[in-house]
Amino acid sequence: MTEEKRPDAGEEQSVAATPPGETGEGQGPTLREQERPSVLYQIMSGSALMSVLAVVLALLIGGLLIAFANEDTREASTYFFARPLDTLAAGWTAMTDAYVAMFRGSVFDWQAGSFAGMVKPLTESMVFAVPLILAGLGIAVGFRAGLFNIGAQGQIIVGAIVAAWLGFAFDLPVVIHLLVAILGGLIGGAVWGGIPGVLKARFGANEVIVTIMLNYIAVYLISYMLKLPSFNPGRTGQRSPAVSPDATYPLLVPQWLWPDNGFRLHWGFVVAILATVFVWWLMERSTVGFQIRAVGANPAAARTAGMSVGRITVITMVVAGALAGLAATGQVLGTERSLTAGVAASFGFDAITVALLGRSRPWGTFFAGLLFGALKAGGFLMQSLTATPIDIVLVVQSLIVLFIAAPPLVRTVFRLPDPDRRRRPRRTASTTQEATA
Amino acid sequence: MSTATQPHQATPSDETSVQRTRPKVSLKSTIVYALAALVTLLAWVLDTPADARTTFQFGSSGDLFRIPNVPVPALGFLVVLLVVMLAATAFSFWRYRERRPLPAWVHVVVGASFVLAFLTFVGAGRSTVIPMVSLLAGALALSVPLVFGAMSGVICERSGIINIAIEGQLLFGAFAGAVAASAAGSGYVGLIAAPIAGGLVGAGLAWFAVTFRVNQIIVGVVLNTLIIGLTGFLFSTVLSDNKALWNTRMPLPRIRIPLLADIPVIGPVLFNQTILVYLMYALVIGLQIMLFRSRWGLRTRAVGEHPKAADTVGIKVNVRRVWNTILGGAIAGLGGAFFTVGSGLAFGREMSAGQGYIALAAMILGKWNPWGAVMAALLFGFSKNLGNVLSTIGSGVPSELLLMLPYVITILAVAGFVGRVRPPAAEGVPYTKS
Repeated sequence: MTEEKRPDAGEEQSVAATPPGETGEGQGPTLREQERPSVLYQIMSGSALMSVLAVVLALLIGGLLIAFANEDTREASTYFFARPLDTLAAGWTAMTDAYVAMFRGSVFDWQAGSFAGMVKPLTESMVFAVPLILAGLGIAVGFRAGLFNIGAQGQIIVGAIVAAWLGFAFDLPVVIHLLVAILGGLIGGAVWGGIPGVLKARFGANEVIVTIMLNYIAVYLISYMLKLPSFNPGRTGQRSPAVSPDATYPLLVPQWLWPDNGFRLHWGFVVAILATVFVWWLMERSTVGFQIRAVGANPAAARTAGMSVGRITVITMVVAGALAGLAATGQVLGTERSLTAGVAASFGFDAITVALLGRSRPWGTFFAGLLFGALKAGGFLMQSLTATPIDIVLVVQSLIVLFIAAPPLVRTVFRLPDPDRRRRPRRTASTTQEATA
Repeated sequence: MSTATQPHQATPSDETSVQRTRPKVSLKSTIVYALAALVTLLAWVLDTPADARTTFQFGSSGDLFRIPNVPVPALGFLVVLLVVMLAATAFSFWRYRERRPLPAWVHVVVGASFVLAFLTFVGAGRSTVIPMVSLLAGALALSVPLVFGAMSGVICERSGIINIAIEGQLLFGAFAGAVAASAAGSGYVGLIAAPIAGGLVGAGLAWFAVTFRVNQIIVGVVLNTLIIGLTGFLFSTVLSDNKALWNTRMPLPRIRIPLLADIPVIGPVLFNQTILVYLMYALVIGLQIMLFRSRWGLRTRAVGEHPKAADTVGIKVNVRRVWNTILGGAIAGLGGAFFTVGSGLAFGREMSAGQGYIALAAMILGKWNPWGAVMAALLFGFSKNLGNVLSTIGSGVPSELLLMLPYVITILAVAGFVGRVRPPAAEGVPYTKS
């Protein structure tokens, strides 16, 4: 099987890698679209360009919103018709101030006192990117199999509960403790992800609904767990005991190597890179990955070819849940170092947008996770410096995904040529044939 | 011909088609009833001391005549309820042997007995009363946005558009309702703005789903995030800059319907409400009739079940879908107004708190029928309120586990344990005229 798929791997990839944003179109005429020259043509005709333009457009709209909400702008707009430039200038200042603060908070802060302080924002972005990348990978794997895993949030929470419990309740040797805790988080997420997989494979339960419901169950589960004596011995608020130092990810840049760096970046980031490599291998080089893509492209054909669609569904969801569980370890064993009710924040939902922006490909998801991590990290500084609420990051994120999902919209805005135009006459020809038949 | 149905195989309903061959009568209800009786016997009857009493409070402050609190001997009442449940179990088994379907009222009887038994057990030997009126009133209040959201879902999904954006529509409706009501100084203005806002979200969903044929679940999820971000952003900038103008609480007045509101227990719960709740009654009844008895309903269902056939007889599939999605969005937006003007609150960040997703679940649990969706929404509202009330009474049962219950039930329902659930056949599949 491995030898068979090699020659057409490129072409297959281009089809399966189409994000579900386009599968509405992709599911029917997929086979016909395979005739398209694949990777190179796709980049030329705008897959990558489209992503960049979508980000630019989303930032622009976000900027308009910032300008509009700014008090100076609104004050100046009261005499807009007398002196319109005042309004525009105030709006421009508000927007650039916000985005400059965001850049300083996420990439490079030239106003910091030391070099470590200047670089720290970049490491902060990477810290925020760890759960986004890992959970995003999980969702991306699901997308490739045609599954909508909305449940990364719940999978993160359950993974976090298990990982934290193994982290603080046990006393194990140094390296083993960390490995056990990571494995526990992974299994916790895998179990929570496996439930919708089994229910879908066995009973045909819609995975969107089941994962949404499991998210809520997980939220109540964590608040129940945090009230248990073992998770909250001192009854001091909603926080578990701290995870034992043996079970935490070591810092990536240790203090002895670079004194007083103050970085929070931990080995979870390396785990994220390794997971990306693993997912790439799984999807592009392994038999299971081939089957996952086949099921995602056309379940009926996959079934005809002798693949067990149910088995692949379960495997996909277990892998997705395990990745989300890994994301939880990044939080519990790396960044937060104890279990809180808000341990998952909104990473599970942000991860959906990460996977979409990454077009469900491992490295695409990786860089999308970095970008959204940077938006998050930058958002915090922007909020404290310019009083622009961090919610704008949500707006920008969702706009990016919307634009990426609808390339014609971006093309219209930037007046780009439509690469589909070449294909269109062929389709009408075939459909008229169909109609006459 | 097969192109219209082929893409649908990616969605799970091809697996449910296996279950279609099952006979309609099954032992499921009997088993569930027996389980309920068993739980009652083992967990509650055996655990209740013989002399304990449970006090039920049926009166409310505004009653025409005061109803005294009703103390009942807990153990005796539990045994009576247990007998009722056992009788229902036997009855359902007998119906199963006769191969006849079970009437719906049996479910209601068993459900009510089970809940009453639970309340009796919780209140046994305590000085606190079980407040029946506030229990029901709170349940209705929590259900109102769910019902509106579920109706929105029914309209959209019956015409073939998956509306995950209910959450965003509720939230934007709540936001627009609060802002408009506050700016105009009247809660009723909010009721005009809220459906417009919800309709806008619906229009966005329809635009991306129909024009660009983007996957509807993705658009829905992303629109929800967008609305959460947008309302949160405006809340902490514009709204908090000038709270008096933009975000003053503007409650709708309660309208008391003269005779009906005097019915004990049910009267004050159902007929002493704001206009929004009366609109909800009208909406549910209207939709139930319209969907199955009118031309609009027939066409909507046709578009959702078999768009190609609908197109063949001259129904404009995509136009119908767009308008239904906008209508659905407007209804959910109106429901969102309940969070702000409907309950007399100012707008708060993310105040819909995931209710839209629960409305979606209620719609599925109600099998895409308005009436069923209302029942499911009431079930969700009731169990949530039961959790809240119990945590204030201070029972030994952890409220979190109780609050999980509706979600567990939904999962079981979707997995086919509670009954066959079949979505509209063309749901989520974009239609291209050929």
